Amino acid sequence: MDEVWSERDTTPARIEAALRDIVTEHHHSDHPFVPARVLNVVVVVDGQFRGEIENRFERVGRYHPSRLVLCAVDDRRTTIDAWAGVGTDDAKPVPGHIAVARERVELEIGPRHLAKLDTIVDPLLVTDLATMVWAPHGHTDAINSLRRLAQIVLVDTQDEPDVAASLDRAAELAGYAYVVDLAWLRSTPWRERVAAAFDPPALRTALGHVSAVTVRHRQDSLSAALLFCGWLSSRLGWKPESLAQRGDGMFGHARARRQEVEIRLELADQNAPGLAGVTIETASGEAVSLDRAPGGLTAHRRFRDGAELEWTVLGASRGEGGILGEGVRQALLRDPTYGPALACARTMVT
Amino acid sequence: MAVAAKENPLVEGLERLPVPPTTLVIFGATGDLSRRKLLPALYNLAHEGALPELFNLIGVSRRDQSDDDFRNFAREAVNQFSRRQPDDQVLEGLLGRMSYLGIPFDDTPNYAKLGAAMDALDEEFSQPLNRTYYLSTAPEYFPVITENIKENGLHRHEHAEVKAVIEKPFGTDLESARRLQDVVHSVFRERQVFRIDHYLGKETVQNVMAFRFANYMFEPVWNRNYIDHIQITAAEDIGIGTRAGYYDQAGALRDLVQNHMLQLLTLVCMEPPASFEANKVRDEKVKVLQAIEPPTPEQVAEMTVRARYTAGMAGGEEAKGYVEEEGVPEDSDTETYAALKLEVHNWRWAGVPIFLRTGKRLARKVTEIAVQLKPVPHLAFASKGSVGVQPNQLILTVQPNEGVSLSLGAKIPGATMRIRPVNMEFLYGTSFMSQSPEAYERLILDAMRGDATLFTRNDEVDAQWSIIDPILKAWDAGQPPLTEYEAGTPGPAAADELIGEGRHWRPL
Repeated sequence: MDEVWSERDTTPARIEAALRDIVTEHHHSDHPFVPARVLNVVVVVDGQFRGEIENRFERVGRYHPSRLVLCAVDDRRTTIDAWAGVGTDDAKPVPGHIAVARERVELEIGPRHLAKLDTIVDPLLVTDLATMVWAPHGHTDAINSLRRLAQIVLVDTQDEPDVAASLDRAAELAGYAYVVDLAWLRSTPWRERVAAAFDPPALRTALGHVSAVTVRHRQDSLSAALLFCGWLSSRLGWKPESLAQRGDGMFGHARARRQEVEIRLELADQNAPGLAGVTIETASGEAVSLDRAPGGLTAHRRFRDGAELEWTVLGASRGEGGILGEGVRQALLRDPTYGPALACARTMVT
Repeated sequence: MAVAAKENPLVEGLERLPVPPTTLVIFGATGDLSRRKLLPALYNLAHEGALPELFNLIGVSRRDQSDDDFRNFAREAVNQFSRRQPDDQVLEGLLGRMSYLGIPFDDTPNYAKLGAAMDALDEEFSQPLNRTYYLSTAPEYFPVITENIKENGLHRHEHAEVKAVIEKPFGTDLESARRLQDVVHSVFRERQVFRIDHYLGKETVQNVMAFRFANYMFEPVWNRNYIDHIQITAAEDIGIGTRAGYYDQAGALRDLVQNHMLQLLTLVCMEPPASFEANKVRDEKVKVLQAIEPPTPEQVAEMTVRARYTAGMAGGEEAKGYVEEEGVPEDSDTETYAALKLEVHNWRWAGVPIFLRTGKRLARKVTEIAVQLKPVPHLAFASKGSVGVQPNQLILTVQPNEGVSLSLGAKIPGATMRIRPVNMEFLYGTSFMSQSPEAYERLILDAMRGDATLFTRNDEVDAQWSIIDPILKAWDAGQPPLTEYEAGTPGPAAADELIGEGRHWRPL
């Protein structure tokens, strides 16, 4: 950050004035910076874990919010301390090109501020930009308070130990805002690749004869697995039933037009959160499997006659920084398939 | 939702749509375009997981070298020119899907090797893969390669789609363009042909359509009643560099006006298409070109300016004149600057002059479209010290700082009603987080998917040359004479005469 300001025991009005001063100073200085005007993001975190969230924002690359308002909650605090800064990634802008500046406000607040957090945050947002809110450490009261300001809520349905409750909460939030779910985004490459695997016209008809779906996932990523199965169910017109625990995994069925579809969720050992692999089988003995591999996914296809084929589908891993960056980017897009997938996923864990 | 046999219900909502399994054959794979643009673009597509799930690249060139030599060439090209730091595993994975064939382009029997290589890949993947031929060679080889593809029966496939991507230039005049079209159409159907004008792959060029057709407020004034004139500028501050061989044959008119600048003109002047479907968009663009009357020789002398740069100062450094540049013949009369005054003869645009200018070694690098509105009919403010009310200008900047700006008259703070122009600016860089993909990334994907919206259709090329060909002929006959401008300046004085009294070129 090039220009910074900080004050103890301050007020939203003073913070807002300081931000305006910093931006004005920028305009009057030699720095050829122009403030980004894409998206406000408000993040509410536990003070003791703020470093982890700050680190994640450091790794989002170009998908920084235009203005980030980070509210760190400390149980003992009764006043507001604030820090504000403006900066850019472009240390040396190319002559003739603009450098885009981003603004950041950090608030240290106490529990008493959460119920009326909207009155603190409102003056700090860039008017007319969409606002996304995220509370990775819970703070439901803060999110509820920010309802009137937020058009988008970022969630990670794999953050909660109780996946059913987490999916229910996402559905509740979707009632008043657009929900961007990081667990859903972790399944995106898998959804894209499964769609591609069945895209050749000769293979599309196989989608009407799917007999089993197996999803392999890291232990903490059950919601990504459920959302993937929910997506298949909603796109292919299946009616999923509640899944039962079986060993370490889960097992159950979905009712397709002509057949039952077995659904198996299996645990897999892997470093990165998210899915480790998927296998889709048809009644006629065909199968498509995708599994994580260096430089992309290993694809395996079994044909009706038993012949097999294996190849690598290229693609770089985005990492967790990339997933959060994708979450910020998705805030301004609309994915019509998440809602129906979420509804099916909830059915599987009721 | 029922699963229809012909639809893929899984693609709804996905940003990256599936691309059919494809073997891409690049003719001229060791050339400069391949090194700087195509191979880095393919890497970036692989990085994003956007390539077809089954993908192979066969590089074809005259040079005799091994697969590994070609992979090393590709690795270096990606490392040097990719817009992002390559991921080693993805890059190695992509290189593993590459192979190379050294085939002299006119060696008909040797094309059988290409057929065999593609068949072997089909065999390896147990299915016929689509075949996309990318002609990235010198233009004289386009007909040769196309005919040899046909001679070897590689232009059709019973179970897969075959496409041909052709780089510009599509001919050097109307006659050669039509000859090339005849050859291409004797081998491929028009729907198999994808003529690349990479300008159309640029996000900011596509944004011209978004700006016009997604915003209601500009449409009511987008016509002869409110617009005084339009200026389209593609100025470069650099000279010809090492491209003397090509440039001295082409000149500014062929290099930029016939293709890129006429594309910009059509996007500015076209009627709204009924849908963003390839032929509907291209139909509207062709109508604009066909509404520009090919000029007579006498008209060419009045409506065009051609010039070349002489020695001067550029960026604080001494700059050579064009004829002193390495590789330029002493007796060259090639233009490095071209300015044209065109008119679209239709209901919307009749009487609105459209000025095009392009040049090398000009004062600044900028590509923009400036739409100047008519002055207000009555001026109430005439205080002393006022710069005054200037006609509004709407500027669509394509590069370097992509955006839109609108000049407005505003009151200068103070006790009197003094007016000066101010700018209302919108910069794409501040309003979107995503990095724009390289034009070639989008175009290669579109070609493999068979979406021709951003490619130039046969009749479009014909219409472009129909406008440019009479100008070339008049210029060859010395009309108007070639003038000069000093390097590092905004261009020749003759251009100021072209734009006429009461109008001014936008400052460079």
